[in-house]
Amino acid sequence: MDFLFIIQQTLGATIGVNTIIFALAAIGLNMHFGYTGLLNFGQAGFLAVGAYSVAVSVMSFEIPLFIAFLIGILNSVLFALILGIPTLRLRADYLAIVTIAASEIIRKVARSATFNDLLGGSDGISGKFGKDFFDLNPFKSGLETSIIRFSGNDLWVVIVGWAIVAIITFLMWVMVNSPWGRVLKAIREDEDAVSSLGKNVYLYKMQSLIIGGVIGSIAGFIYALSRQSVQPDNYSTALTFFAYTVLILGGAARVFSPIIGAMIFWFLIVFIEQMLRQAVTAGYIPEWLIGVNQVGQIRFMLMGLGLMLLMIYRPQGIFGDKKELALDARA
Amino acid sequence: MQERNSNSADFFAKVEMVPGAKKMDPILVADKISRSFGGLTAVDVDHLEVQRGAITALIGPNGAGKTTFFNLLTGYDKPNKGEWSLNGKKLNDMPSFRVARLGMVRTFQLTKALYRLTVIQNMALAAKDQKGESLLRSLFPFTWRKQEAEIRLRSEEILKKFKLIDKKDDFAAALSGGQRKLLELARALMVEPELIMLDEPMAGVNPALKQSLLEHIKDLRTQGKTVLFVEHDMDMVMEISDWVVVMAQGKIIAEGPPKSIINNQDVITAYLGAHHDTELDENSESMASKNSKGGVSQ
Repeated sequence: MDFLFIIQQTLGATIGVNTIIFALAAIGLNMHFGYTGLLNFGQAGFLAVGAYSVAVSVMSFEIPLFIAFLIGILNSVLFALILGIPTLRLRADYLAIVTIAASEIIRKVARSATFNDLLGGSDGISGKFGKDFFDLNPFKSGLETSIIRFSGNDLWVVIVGWAIVAIITFLMWVMVNSPWGRVLKAIREDEDAVSSLGKNVYLYKMQSLIIGGVIGSIAGFIYALSRQSVQPDNYSTALTFFAYTVLILGGAARVFSPIIGAMIFWFLIVFIEQMLRQAVTAGYIPEWLIGVNQVGQIRFMLMGLGLMLLMIYRPQGIFGDKKELALDARA
Repeated sequence: MQERNSNSADFFAKVEMVPGAKKMDPILVADKISRSFGGLTAVDVDHLEVQRGAITALIGPNGAGKTTFFNLLTGYDKPNKGEWSLNGKKLNDMPSFRVARLGMVRTFQLTKALYRLTVIQNMALAAKDQKGESLLRSLFPFTWRKQEAEIRLRSEEILKKFKLIDKKDDFAAALSGGQRKLLELARALMVEPELIMLDEPMAGVNPALKQSLLEHIKDLRTQGKTVLFVEHDMDMVMEISDWVVVMAQGKIIAEGPPKSIINNQDVITAYLGAHHDTELDENSESMASKNSKGGVSQ
């Protein structure tokens, strides 16, 4: 078995582009679910809005990339408003249903034949829409060491991506520790109590939905840029639930948990896959038990098992406080 | 305190002891409020005035519509018709948070402590006009730090008075039921209300804390605040209220000072039925239920 290769792949994934994308998606969810108690099951929709906004603006309308980012943010604000205006006055579970439906509507519209010319149907949009971004790359030669390896473009995405994650995490930390954040946490505990103290609960929930959504759309930008393509089926509900997994792995309502959660998530996926693949190829695992083609499925099974164990033995996540979790039972 | 009591009794010297009686200086006025759920009319209040600076109790048997009436007045539910106002300002169609900002703050029958916030966070949350509660300003702590420090100080002062200061850094969920009631009242005071609406403040509170809760409520009157409370504990009603309003089957059936209320025939009928003091045989039982219905909804 080639352990150096396994380490290289695993390390690359742990701090790689996907980790950044999932961390950002989960940071948005942390704002919604962790701090405000909003059950948003449509985070994939926000990523799709971000990704498609950038790709369509540049490819179809020849808008400069950096203005396309602004359009993406504007669109995600709009999406949050459309979602929130009818649902945020209702009970929390309505929001869950509406958001999951809305994100699926976005995906179905994106892959529909009707908008083939603009959105590319089920093939999505591919092309060099990230050119303006990659032209700024000072590290075109990439990174080449024995334990970690990034292509030039990937390295640039990773560096900029982590810078964005750092900035957003810092801003989140300031916000959730302010009186504004205190109102959000109070809303998570009991809306009626908060409005009885003169706070406009609806306004705060809307602000939270918008901010978390915009952070999700930034994850969408990175998703689109890093692959130079946008494919509708990447933004299915599975993406939302993986983002929840990441958040809960780290522990909800902790600023750093989405980052650590995303790292663990991708570390496990890639590590398990590489180990299995190498073990099968080297003959340590007999062909009749697991074939090379089955590794992709098996890694998710093992991943699921790992998550179950984590939830059983550490339900509060990595950063969570078990005492605090117990309070949920309304003792 | 004693003096204050006699003053507040003066408020009611010239007030008639009839449902919907006019008060000298009402802070809250409700008119023709009705709320029905399907075929059931839960609240049908013709007129109610609440005297400023006094403690008014709202009592009545279970299902009389007291809590529903509370919800209507504070914007947590909408009546089918009716008008009501605080200090002359109409509250119709006003969301609950605006009602609170106008100075009418309520507590809940099932205590709503914010469990995963600490006691001091519960308190600080309630302070009014916080700069740091705006989204933009929250990003610039130097714009709200000073105010936050003042709020903390005021929170701690109130917590000291309520003997919760030792618990200030505990999660609210770690408090006992009675302490949560105290916290909810203390928190309501952070909003600096003129009128405090307490929904069963004594429910589930042990006798020792009960006494301290009573003192705190009396203290509110001393500070010139108005209290309207729903309560089943008649000892409490007798001890602290200046005026008692009795509801039954959605209507106000009697009003008066506490001493007059316990001897009011309508009230006794509402609570106990018309023939509560006659002996039961098979015939009179069915009579009693018929009569008591007639008696209440007169």
